[in-house]
Amino acid sequence: MSAHGKGHGGVGAYIGVFLTLMALTLLTVWAAYQHLGIWNTPVALGIATTKAALVALIFMHLKDSPKLTAMVVGSSLLFLAFLIFVTASDYLTRKWVPIYFR
Amino acid sequence: MSTSEPVPAVRPARPDYLNASYGVRSWLLTSDHKRIAILYLITVTFFFAIGGVAAALVRLELLTPAGDVFQAETYNKIFTTHGIMMVFFFLIPAIPAVLGNFLVPLMIGAKDLAFPRINLLSWYLLVIGGLIALWALIHGGLDTGWTFYTPYSTVYSNGWVVVTAVGIFIAGFSSILTGLNFIVTLHTMRAPGMTWTRMPLFCWGMYATAIIQILGTPVIAITLLLVGAERLFHLGIFDPAQGGDPVLFQHLFWFYSHPAVYIMILPAMAVISELVTAFSRKPIFGYKFIAGSSIAIAALSFLVWGHHMFVSGQSVYAGLVFSILSFMVAIPSAIKVFNWTATLYKGSVSYQTPLLYALGFIGLFTFGGLTGLFLASLGLDIHVHDTYFIVAHFHYIMVGGTIMAYLGGMHYWWPKISGKLYPEYWSRVSAWVIFIGFNLTFFPQFIVGYLGMPRRYHQYPEEFQVLNVMSTAGASILGIGYLIPLVYFIWSMRYGKDAADNPWGATGLEWQTPSPPPTENFVETPVVSGRPYDYATGREEVALG
Ligand code: HEM
Ligand SMILES: [Cu+2]
Repeated sequence: MSAHGKGHGGVGAYIGVFLTLMALTLLTVWAAYQHLGIWNTPVALGIATTKAALVALIFMHLKDSPKLTAMVVGSSLLFLAFLIFVTASDYLTRKWVPIYFR
Repeated sequence: MSTSEPVPAVRPARPDYLNASYGVRSWLLTSDHKRIAILYLITVTFFFAIGGVAAALVRLELLTPAGDVFQAETYNKIFTTHGIMMVFFFLIPAIPAVLGNFLVPLMIGAKDLAFPRINLLSWYLLVIGGLIALWALIHGGLDTGWTFYTPYSTVYSNGWVVVTAVGIFIAGFSSILTGLNFIVTLHTMRAPGMTWTRMPLFCWGMYATAIIQILGTPVIAITLLLVGAERLFHLGIFDPAQGGDPVLFQHLFWFYSHPAVYIMILPAMAVISELVTAFSRKPIFGYKFIAGSSIAIAALSFLVWGHHMFVSGQSVYAGLVFSILSFMVAIPSAIKVFNWTATLYKGSVSYQTPLLYALGFIGLFTFGGLTGLFLASLGLDIHVHDTYFIVAHFHYIMVGGTIMAYLGGMHYWWPKISGKLYPEYWSRVSAWVIFIGFNLTFFPQFIVGYLGMPRRYHQYPEEFQVLNVMSTAGASILGIGYLIPLVYFIWSMRYGKDAADNPWGATGLEWQTPSPPPTENFVETPVVSGRPYDYATGREEVALG
């Protein structure tokens, strides 16, 4: 298993990421107690996304993976964006009623 | 058999994948993609039989207008069992996991899939998921329909929602892993000389399917998990009383389930591309367009899901956008149909059983696809939504399309899979019986749906009885049609004539290895030097060098 760490910044990088993840967890808890209004959810999601990115890039070695792997991850994100964007096109336009129905 | 059938070679005793080892263990622990394909074949046939029995019971109830055989709730449980078994445990795995598993490595000149043990794992996941779901459906019952719509599934239903969802969740991983295996295999294990544009169209179809399996399946898995979480822990995700939104469920469900209908049809199209070219003895017309349209369908299929939600209360604007996008999916689908037709045109067509099934597919799929356009028209859909018109539409595609192609493919590759020939006369009979039974079952449903008969009720007004009797009669014929191949395929394993290595004189690497293939597929790794489907016209080959 020791070969696992080699070429990826070694154990040091893992510990660094681990500490960052812990710090971000504390930040999430702290942020949950602040009154950020409509920013509550975006802030929480932003922190969570950063954590997920760190895990994927460093723990899962995405950073040093072949292009094909990056493409697979990239297209997953693209389709996740489709899911959110197209669903939003419903939710954000619920109040739009055609003129002749008004 | 036709006259062009080569005399079966006297087979020297040589090891093949079927006789390489014996015993239950050698099958249940195999990592040979060909044996795993056989395991899948047995499994999906079993689930198909269960779904078929449920269908028969549904049609029995609908023979008469009164709800006289089952109570309403029992009826709901039966059609739910039918839908769940057929969709999640038969149609989705059928062609990729059986034919795809068997053929992808053979067609690209590889020894196996990239991850043979993961391949075996996916089979176990399907079996475990399927048995859990089946147990829930029979023991406790589920009355939500295969679509699990909220708030019914989360708040009101007394059925075994969570257990069934767990079964589907587990089977979802089977689908994801199969897709992953195909993508990696096709990227990394093609034989020397097999460039992307020399790859058989069947493999392109599997590739496009795999993309959807990987990108879509996680969404249905999480969605069902959320339904479970809401039922068990009363989280407010879909429940409006707690600030949730039931329509959100439909968005998430159809984000997967519309692409999933393409998980069912893309592999079918992939089979048809092989059959049409082999039996018209011409290179396929428009290879790149057929390959590209598979990928286009895979991508576009993720953008049209809202056509299932025109009357759900989604915004008028979203309905408009989904309607337009749904029309666009028809373009790559039509490209394929036109290319198959152009391939047949002036070909030396031989009407053997696989082609009969393929022609059935082309007709029925076209019918199903065109009625899809009716449904994609916002205004018209409000009239026919949730009627038997919808039921007829998707059965034309899923049964008339996918199952026809699956059977066509099974006949075409059966000599390779089993090393035996099936009886030609009976196979033609089966193709005709299925085609006639199918149309008699489902065509009347278009009419009765257009006249206003809603789906998912156990009784209906008197005036719809004639059409329903036709439908039930057709279903009986269709059922017999499906039993005939089951019988003669099993019969042929023992009594069939030995098949030659290439009984159809077809191109493709799978025909250049013995029937049935040895465990390692090829004695020597093949080297590919030309385009696929190089049938004897020669013209194209010379012109394109
Ligand atoms: C040209 C392509 C297609 C178009 C435009 C299309 C359009 C539609 C539309 C608009 C609906 C919803 C109707 C309603 O509920 O009111 C629908 C339902 C359905 N379609 Fe298609 N369709 C197409 C191809 C397919 C294919 C290829 C399959 C399957 C392999 C399929 C399977 C289904 C199923 C299962 C449903 C009903 C789901 C349910 O409510 O239980 N369709 N289609
Ligand atoms: Cu759809």
